[in-house]
Amino acid sequence: MTLQIDVEGTRSEPAPKITPAGSSDRSFSPVNVFSHTVLIAWSILVVVPFVWSLIASLKSTGEIFGDNPWALPKELLFSNFSKAWDKGVGDYLLNSGVVVVGGVFGTMLFGSMVAYVLARYEFPGNRFIYYLFAAGMMFPTFLAIVPLFFVVKGFGMVSTYQGLILVYIAYSLPFTVFFMHAFFRTLPTSIAEAALVDGAGHATTFFRVMLPMAKPGLISVGIFNVLGQWNQFVLPSFLSPEKPVLSQGIATLLGSQRYENDWGTLFAALTIAMVPVVVVYLIFYRQVQAGLTGATLK
Amino acid sequence: MRHGSYRFVASFLALPLALYAIFVISPFVQAFYYSLTDWTGISPKFEFVGLENFQTLARDAVFRQALGHNVILLIGVPLFTIFLALVFAYLLNVGGKANSAGVQGVRGNGFYKLAFFLPQVLSVPVIAVIWSVVMTSTDTGLLNSVTNKLGLGTSQYLASPKIALYCVMWVLIWGSVGFYLVLFNAAMSGIPKDIFEAAIIDGAGRFATFSRITLPLLWDTIQTAWVYLAILALDAYALVAVMTAGPGGPDNSTQVMGLQIADNGFQYGRAGYASAMGVVLFFLTLLIAAVMLRATRRDRIEY
Repeated sequence: MTLQIDVEGTRSEPAPKITPAGSSDRSFSPVNVFSHTVLIAWSILVVVPFVWSLIASLKSTGEIFGDNPWALPKELLFSNFSKAWDKGVGDYLLNSGVVVVGGVFGTMLFGSMVAYVLARYEFPGNRFIYYLFAAGMMFPTFLAIVPLFFVVKGFGMVSTYQGLILVYIAYSLPFTVFFMHAFFRTLPTSIAEAALVDGAGHATTFFRVMLPMAKPGLISVGIFNVLGQWNQFVLPSFLSPEKPVLSQGIATLLGSQRYENDWGTLFAALTIAMVPVVVVYLIFYRQVQAGLTGATLK
Repeated sequence: MRHGSYRFVASFLALPLALYAIFVISPFVQAFYYSLTDWTGISPKFEFVGLENFQTLARDAVFRQALGHNVILLIGVPLFTIFLALVFAYLLNVGGKANSAGVQGVRGNGFYKLAFFLPQVLSVPVIAVIWSVVMTSTDTGLLNSVTNKLGLGTSQYLASPKIALYCVMWVLIWGSVGFYLVLFNAAMSGIPKDIFEAAIIDGAGRFATFSRITLPLLWDTIQTAWVYLAILALDAYALVAVMTAGPGGPDNSTQVMGLQIADNGFQYGRAGYASAMGVVLFFLTLLIAAVMLRATRRDRIEY
């Protein structure tokens, strides 16, 4: 047992056979059992709170905080969902949707434009602008939140869609530029040059040739931005108090539950907030994981 | 450079740079300026007061408390998150059954990664609401009912000033482990296997290969993880704001700097003072990043 190690890649290719005779091909080694026990325990710790919350969305407050919070609901209270909707969850959903669609579109467009120009054109100040954007990734939004509020207020854009969209774009640019910059660098230069020689303008070359080639990168960073902007909480809670997005709405509803004591409705709202994200995640989880972690490593 | 490309570059950069300058760079710069004034945030008039805000800050008991809590998070969150993520990544890679081809990764590798990563895609308020209910302080609370059955007794969790901060820390760790697991896992599978084969031939065991080969080769990634987790721990605003009573309670036991910035800047009409706190937070972040990157620097291993 002590003579073995592995990296993922060794599975497919035969490694030098140095396993002591007698311990080969058994399904249950103590290490294996131990690994699964630990990993399953953590999976339960992660997944159970979510599953419980989904079930709680169909319970009454009495059942959620009753003698046995683990019991299944006696009757399925779908009315929790309509109550949640009436409490503004529909509006929050709309606000989140509008802001994320606008924000992600703008972020992707501007981000890839900047990244392309920085990656492919030499001009004075290129490095400076690159580092200016890269620096934006390091610092928490919190440093700037008070003056930012007054900047947005100065434009008369507090609690407006355009205000949030512009701020989301600005705060998503650093990561998007950084990621797409690296991506454009990996693409071959010959095709763009051919297009330019054929008389296509710089902008046409970018939109017609380079952007389609960069599709895999755009998808990764796009998913990242959709999730990031959908889940954004700090920015809207200061910049859009009158027009709350979904994550803000959840926080507000939690606050009001302390008086109203209608927890089934809160969990219904939570479910409405969770399910779309979880579905997107389950479909795209490879891209999501690669997109979210990939950039951190670079 | 071809004719006309400067104009093209300028046209592509103008709008994004303007947005970035207005909404990101200028607020950051303004924060430094306002930190030297007594601006309320409401009245247009304010005075330049030099370093007075910082002197007040040094004597502000609540802010010092908040700073202390951030330091506790700063130590605990990266330490436990990286430890757990490394253990899980290692188990995923090496914890499988043994056969003639060496040791394999565990079955269900994909499932574990899928599950562990889940909290990362959900918003902080969603997670905060779920955990504040899981940690309900009554005997019939979700967690209490389990620990009670297991004979471990019950706890007040977020209602107890003694442990509320550690409950917050737990949720931060719980939410982050999956992300760093995937990160470390990717880095581990990037290590060429002949290095491991050489170690096998030299007679290294599981633990030796982990501590002598895997860990040093992952050092760059761990370092990056540490900096990111430190930034997370210095923030912690969203979680505390939604999850704790007050927020910041009970009895200021979960105060963090972010909460103090928000309270002073938006509730107490002390925007200048809040900006000074932001500046302190800025230099702390810078300091920690610099220290982490310097103190732990090793020669980069290329392969």
